[in-house]
Amino acid sequence: MPLAPATKRNLVTSALVAPAAAWLFVFLVLPFIAILVFAFGERAPEGGYQAAFTFAQFANLGSRAAAFRNTMMIAPVGAFLCLIVAYPVAYFLAVKASPKYRLVLVSLVVVPFWTSLLVRTYAWMYILGSRGLPNLLDMVGISDVRMLNTPGAVLLGIVYGYLPLMIMPIYVSLEKLDLRLLEASADLGAKPLSTFFGITLPLSLPGVMTGTALVTILLLGEYLIPQLLGGGKVFFIGNALVDLFLQSRNWPFGSAIAVTLVAVVVLVLLVAMRIAWRFAGTRQVDLV
Amino acid sequence: MTSASVNDIEFRSVTKRYGAVTAVTDINLAVPKGAFVALLGPSGCGKTTCLRMIGGFEQPSEGEVQIGGAAMAGIPPYRRPVNMVFQHYALFPHFDVEANVAYGLKQMRPKIEAAEISRRVGAALEMVRLGGFGKRRIHEMSGGQQQRVALARALVNKPKVLLLDEPLAALDKKLRTAMQIELQTLQRELGITFVLVTHDQEEALSMSDKVCVMSAGRIVQFASPQEVYDRPANIFVADFVGKTNRLSGTLENGNAVRLSSGALMPVRDTLLAPGTALTLAVRPEAIRLAKAAEAAGGIAGTVTHRIFLGSSVEYSVAVSGLGDLLVTAERQSLAADGLAEPGDPVRLVFDPSGAHVFPA
Ligand SMILES: Nc1ncnc2c1ncn2[C@@H]1O[C@H](COP(=O)(O)OP(=O)(O)OP(=O)(O)O)[C@@H](O)[C@H]1O
Ligand SMILES: [Mg+2]
Repeated sequence: MPLAPATKRNLVTSALVAPAAAWLFVFLVLPFIAILVFAFGERAPEGGYQAAFTFAQFANLGSRAAAFRNTMMIAPVGAFLCLIVAYPVAYFLAVKASPKYRLVLVSLVVVPFWTSLLVRTYAWMYILGSRGLPNLLDMVGISDVRMLNTPGAVLLGIVYGYLPLMIMPIYVSLEKLDLRLLEASADLGAKPLSTFFGITLPLSLPGVMTGTALVTILLLGEYLIPQLLGGGKVFFIGNALVDLFLQSRNWPFGSAIAVTLVAVVVLVLLVAMRIAWRFAGTRQVDLV
Repeated sequence: MTSASVNDIEFRSVTKRYGAVTAVTDINLAVPKGAFVALLGPSGCGKTTCLRMIGGFEQPSEGEVQIGGAAMAGIPPYRRPVNMVFQHYALFPHFDVEANVAYGLKQMRPKIEAAEISRRVGAALEMVRLGGFGKRRIHEMSGGQQQRVALARALVNKPKVLLLDEPLAALDKKLRTAMQIELQTLQRELGITFVLVTHDQEEALSMSDKVCVMSAGRIVQFASPQEVYDRPANIFVADFVGKTNRLSGTLENGNAVRLSSGALMPVRDTLLAPGTALTLAVRPEAIRLAKAAEAAGGIAGTVTHRIFLGSSVEYSVAVSGLGDLLVTAERQSLAADGLAEPGDPVRLVFDPSGAHVFPA
């Protein structure tokens, strides 16, 4: 019996979606269920997981307060610094740059991705380490400057590593901005700063929100930058997780921390989307 | 002759180049206070460029633009006493109608009280007949309503000069006509100088008290609508403003032209020397069409097309040696036996005062 066209279309759709769905199920949903189960379990004496049902792991979260505190402070601050640096760049690319060079300039933004973040962060480790900038400062008489293993070093690494991810969404929303609106604003007597805060910024908020949410979420799970530039001193939840799973093999406690982290990420995402949607609703540009 | 105080806008030998492209060349134009001037010309002739130089969005490459007698070089748009209604309105999509209209008032220093702002905004919206629409979002407004919001947003600031860049281009014919009348009424009531850019010659003729016809970056005629229509400065203006039949011929003597078909056609006295090769521009309404059987004289032709326009009828008449001529006939003037049909032989009688003679 030949299939009805609608059924056929559904089959094709399913066939196309199936691999991704299977992938997500096996490598995301299943592990997450495992983590969830682990989080309520106990550490086996020799390390690993031992079945149980207890809230002890969650009750113990306080012992990793420093990791949570660092992450919750440095991730948003880092994202905000990224935003401050990224906005002017995105603005220049989208509004001021000559269309002739725009594409080239925009592709330059992603050039850093051609080299692994690990390698690039290593470079910073060297630059900020005692044989790098502090050494140079020492030669001109400014001694004992510590740069590596400070929150500042971690923030620097964050801004450096995540800037392109912030620039892109802001660029996209600024590029869609109708420049005639800026002219209209000036025409109506608004000075450049008023035009920026009254027109440009509100209309690029979806990009700002996307970029900020993206960078913040990625930073909440960051491991590499605090590891290399924060040393043992400025560590994130990610570092605590690696420690718990690979060193002390306390899987249940690690799982509890991971679950908490996911909960925080989901919360951040929900709030960000709420705000973005509110503005997106008014963004329907309907000029013609 | 024109002192600075009576002109709201003056262009003095203004040339504008964009890189290698020269958009306008040596523009000299004086717009008197309170006038309604239309900049008319085909696409790309430099109308928007002129407007944008008044608004301050472009700087002249050469020459000077003055507003109210003051040179405007280096003065940014937000310090100019003019407001612009943009071609596609450029309303702020993230504000409602009220906030759009209030935008200019909120920029003013010293600050205007909130109550006063909302009173003026309300009055402006009433003026464009949008009272009660204040809380609407821009995308909830129709094209014509958006156009009126744009108008209110500009007018509420009481500018010396209002610049309008094809503000009615996006509207359907009926709404456009209504808005044309509204704009004219507003202009008279407020006494603000209007500079209207349009490539619609009917709009230019019907609304403005002076028309500035532009072609390829230059002004070709600056005169009243009647003058532009009745005494076009050259064949371009004759062609562009209103419908025109172009004929070529040679001047026989002071007031007759030997057409290329061999027929002799009377024209108004000209100072050109007999024997000069000429281009004639003849308005369709300056040609009278008569059923061939009844009329003597004139030029014989055959009706090829008829376009019924309601109050008038347009005929296309093939004349041997001259090609197709366009003839407009008012309904009342038609004989009782009605319209000529395609294929009918007719005679065309020219009104000498409706033919304009230009050296070829
Ligand atoms: N920013 C620009 N860069 C380069 N050339 C430009 C620029 N703006 C306008 N031009 C050119 O200048 C000339 C005049 O343009 P302008 O926009 O003033 O024409 P217009 O009369 O308003 O035409 P339209 O009726 O199509 O709006 C055109 O040839 C146009 O291509
Ligand atoms: Mg234009």
